[in-house]
Amino acid sequence: MAYGPHTNEDRARMLAAIGVESVDDLFADIPPSLRASKLELASPESEAELTVRLRGLASRNRVDLASFLGAGAYRHFTPAVVDQLLLRGEFYTAYTPYQPEISQGTLQTIYEYQSLMAELTGLDVVSASHYDGAAATAEAALMSCRATRRERVLVDRGVHPHYRETLCTYFGGASLVAEEIPLVAEGPAAGTTDLAVLERMLADADRPVAGVVVANPSFLGLLEPMAEVGRLAHAAGALFVAVVEPVSLAVLATPGDYGADIASGEGQSLGLPLSYGGPYLGILACREALVRGIPGRLVGMTTDVDGRRAFVMTLRAREQDIRRDKASSNICTNQALCALAAAMYLAALGPHGLRDVAALGAARAGELESALAAVGAPRLHPGPYLNEFAVRVPAAPAVHARLIERGILAGLPLARVLPDEPSLADALLVCATEVTTPDEIAAFAAALGDELAGAAGRGAAGREAAGREAAR
Amino acid sequence: MVPQDLRYTKEHEWVRLEGEIATIGITDYAAEQLGDIVFVELPDIGRAVSKLAAIGVIESVKAVSDLFAPVGGEVVESNAELAGAPELLNSDPFGKGWMLRIKVADAGQLDGLLDAAAYEALTAEA
Repeated sequence: MAYGPHTNEDRARMLAAIGVESVDDLFADIPPSLRASKLELASPESEAELTVRLRGLASRNRVDLASFLGAGAYRHFTPAVVDQLLLRGEFYTAYTPYQPEISQGTLQTIYEYQSLMAELTGLDVVSASHYDGAAATAEAALMSCRATRRERVLVDRGVHPHYRETLCTYFGGASLVAEEIPLVAEGPAAGTTDLAVLERMLADADRPVAGVVVANPSFLGLLEPMAEVGRLAHAAGALFVAVVEPVSLAVLATPGDYGADIASGEGQSLGLPLSYGGPYLGILACREALVRGIPGRLVGMTTDVDGRRAFVMTLRAREQDIRRDKASSNICTNQALCALAAAMYLAALGPHGLRDVAALGAARAGELESALAAVGAPRLHPGPYLNEFAVRVPAAPAVHARLIERGILAGLPLARVLPDEPSLADALLVCATEVTTPDEIAAFAAALGDELAGAAGRGAAGREAAGREAAR
Repeated sequence: MVPQDLRYTKEHEWVRLEGEIATIGITDYAAEQLGDIVFVELPDIGRAVSKLAAIGVIESVKAVSDLFAPVGGEVVESNAELAGAPELLNSDPFGKGWMLRIKVADAGQLDGLLDAAAYEALTAEA
């Protein structure tokens, strides 16, 4: 099949076939006042001029900082083979082609992506992907409502605040209710899901719960008691949704291991650049029993009329163009290129490579914890973490800003995204991955140490000045 | 020719009343229109249904169709074979493809249903 634009001859033939003089005549029904006219654009530039201008804009981004920022998007090393293969025309410019007659290659890559994510999550069914982790989590919550025919979902405060916000947006249109499960305030489990409160929330017989959504690791980097959450959820007839980080699944227990019914997560860690927020990759997986309720496209493997292996989009009757208002979702696409990048990344690394990425990140995080504690910024919570954790830093937002001037992106001041958690007002969420170097850790610790000592000095000087003032 | 001893609805469902129990299925016409049926969702046993309520779903490769209750009452049985063999709706819609049984609350509701001749006239027009 030739891929070429229409020529004027093509257009003339088509117009003649339908008996129309010009293309404009086809828009005769639209009032002239509403028709698109000239767009207000700057005058055109040559490729060279435009390149210079865009480079100038791009140079205003800080890409020189030693970054310890995670909070849902992580720095990882992507082998060159991923970006190179993605550039292939068949992959790069094709928009989610699903006709099996001409798209066996693409369909196979989606099937492989689904298979790899099924292995990683330990669940049976994986969709062809969603927009991002937040959207996938919202869809997972909606799935739990449809499957149980209940309207109340409990979402842990340890789930990424952006995901919780997105979930509420999705719930807004329907008559569904999302309530937050609080975190334990103190003690050895501080910062993790409050299981006692969860149990009480599940016990309301008049308001049965459809799903319980908990992230592991949590937004604060802590490992959560997932098996226990699952047990409590199932005892109350609710489904268990696990929000997961894919690289961590190489070393942590998987949703399949701890009895989750649905798993959602962000696939950016799998070979996708940070790109200042996107495009990212929504992972959604579930047990086989829920296959008819999972939104999004599914690619399956079958045989054609000649008995050869073939890949097709399957279970189409779930989708909105067929099921309409009874469909699980309005999504009729996927993040094809991003899912392909993730599949390439996983294939390039293999299970051992992925485990090494996770383990090395964890090791670096341990070094980071020690280095920061040594300069006076200890961890906020006592529980185990993988590669991300919160540290106590007085006046964290101000310190964070000064550290940027010193070339360090010191994670995320938690007060910025969790303003209603007073315990996190003086905290930075920091992380390390396999690309974090010992030099970067040393530079961070030194700079932070300076800032804290300087602040202490300023604090002491301030108290002295206040004392003199009072004495006058 | 559809079975003469059954009653029919405009939604292409058939009803066989034996005492208080109405056995319900879809006609061969419906099955043919739907195409290869791949999944059937039936109501839970014990569920109270009212006439014309949507009580289940029939899914084919190309379409999804609601199943409506032709009479009101209580669901007392559903065909467990359809879970593993939904194609029975295509191959034997009036026999092994029966879908569910309802204990009828008001037998008078059947009066409004079509007899075989009226149903055949309906499908002939289509």
